[in-house]
Amino acid sequence: MSVAASLERPTAWRRAAAWAWNPWAQARFLWVAAIAYVVWTIVPVAIAVGFSFNAGRAQTTWQGFSIDRWYTRDVNSVFQDPALRSALFQSLKLSTLTVLIAVPLGVAFAIALDRWRGHGAGTANFVMLFSFITPEIAIGVGLFLMVTQLLTTIGLGFRAQVLGLSMYELAYTVIIVRARLLSIGRDYEEAAMDLGASPIRAIRRVLLPLLTPAILASVAIVFASSIDNFVISQRLCASASCQTIPIVIYSSARRSPLPSLNALATITLAASTVLIAVAFIVYRRMTAGERKGAA
Amino acid sequence: MRRGGSTGRGGWFPAWFWPSFAAPAAIWLLLFFVLPFYVVLSVAFGTLDQIFLTAKPVYNPAMWDVTTLRGVVSNMFTSGSIEQETLLRTLAYVGMATAACLLIGYPVAYFIARHARRTKAFFLIAFIAPFWISYMMRMFAWVNLLQPDGYVNRALTGLGILGEPRLWLNGKPSTVIFGLIYGYVPFMILPLYGTLDRIERSTVEASRDLGAGQIRTFTRVTLPLSRQGILAGCIIVALPMFGDYFTQTLLASTRQTAMFGNLIVASIESSLVNTGASLVILMLLLLILPMLYYLRSTNVARELAQR
Repeated sequence: MSVAASLERPTAWRRAAAWAWNPWAQARFLWVAAIAYVVWTIVPVAIAVGFSFNAGRAQTTWQGFSIDRWYTRDVNSVFQDPALRSALFQSLKLSTLTVLIAVPLGVAFAIALDRWRGHGAGTANFVMLFSFITPEIAIGVGLFLMVTQLLTTIGLGFRAQVLGLSMYELAYTVIIVRARLLSIGRDYEEAAMDLGASPIRAIRRVLLPLLTPAILASVAIVFASSIDNFVISQRLCASASCQTIPIVIYSSARRSPLPSLNALATITLAASTVLIAVAFIVYRRMTAGERKGAA
Repeated sequence: MRRGGSTGRGGWFPAWFWPSFAAPAAIWLLLFFVLPFYVVLSVAFGTLDQIFLTAKPVYNPAMWDVTTLRGVVSNMFTSGSIEQETLLRTLAYVGMATAACLLIGYPVAYFIARHARRTKAFFLIAFIAPFWISYMMRMFAWVNLLQPDGYVNRALTGLGILGEPRLWLNGKPSTVIFGLIYGYVPFMILPLYGTLDRIERSTVEASRDLGAGQIRTFTRVTLPLSRQGILAGCIIVALPMFGDYFTQTLLASTRQTAMFGNLIVASIESSLVNTGASLVILMLLLLILPMLYYLRSTNVARELAQR
């Protein structure tokens, strides 16, 4: 250490600042910023998950660990409280049906957009992308007015939620599948047809297997995003029976939240995390050979 | 390329083949995206039942009546009206929150694109995490942290920064803006990371070799090259923020912090459905230019394919 530096006696703060801003090393302040960001993103959620195991009713004071109180045994727990149990069931039902409608429609749409070069394709693509970036509240209000004024046979409730959400989630599948189509190219299919396969057979036996990773990824993302959907589900729900988990969290967060609400949120968090992780691993496995070949 | 025909090379597919693949989804979009907007227009330009005060949509465009929309627009221009105050407040909140998202998001995206090597996967996962953690859960977490006896107040009073606990959730604009930043910052990082990751390393190295310092290289090379990502990120963050109503309700829930989305929801939930529909139209008119710019400037599918 130089004489000048030892005379100055840098404080801990100054030393930390010098470390972070050192212009000669790799920009350390970027490391600090990135880690601070990750902590800021994860810690609040981790605390909320932690409180789902709180033994007492408090949301702000830790009173010991218990799983029975907010998950299973107690009257207020997720599996005993009728409102919470219904919300969990309703969310799962809504997301499953949304996946079952949005993914097949989206896959067919993506294939069509990739191959069909008419005037209609451009318009259809534009409308789809527009639905993707329109603020959800506009879509929610539009659907609300449609089912209460024009198509009153649909009416507010579960049916409207499924129809509206499956439209809104279409774009995710289309974007993911189109990206995959662009990287596969058209050669395999054309080879199949040169060898005598009919168009339908070429799609079923060649294209769909190649698209499987993208389809699985879409399933995971559409499911995770529908289970978290709030605006459209809330705008189209007028009774307690169609309330999903985000709606229940929204309506009781400020009133009288019990840690069972954290438990409910933690269950969805775990479900989407597992689903996304599985989809990610499966996707990597299924496309591993291609990346090795490319490199 | 043959117009309206099948694929470019060869004639394997009949002309109706690919359009029939697109048909189901196209019908879905028509029924549940285009038609609802038509109903919004019909309600906004429709009339009000004089006895029951319920909306009577008019589906014939020739009979559309712009009285309600004109009323809403003139309210927007009346200084001191609730509508104008809400609009200006929303613009201010969205502007500040978007700027803050950029200031937070840029260094993080820059770090992941340039400096994270072995840790890249970890940081990618960590910054994608908020995408599958429910927005409601993340806001709910903050509601509890910001309670009068929550961890934030305890930490701040414990460190001596605050003399006494602050009531963060009692209609503080700063809390609402903070909530918006926290909720939408991940959406900013993704497009920024996309453009920063695509800047050739050699371009940056050339600038360094020619004698530009770190800061100069950043302001003269990296920053201009990432302009597209900055714009796309700002738009993709600002659009949903503008329509957000739940963040404000959860973190403040006062008239003094109400946003444009709250105005829409309040009108729709009361009997003022016509006003609500007009407000939706007004919002889309305000946002149509950034929306079109975003659609023109980015091709999401192509970007994903290049990864």
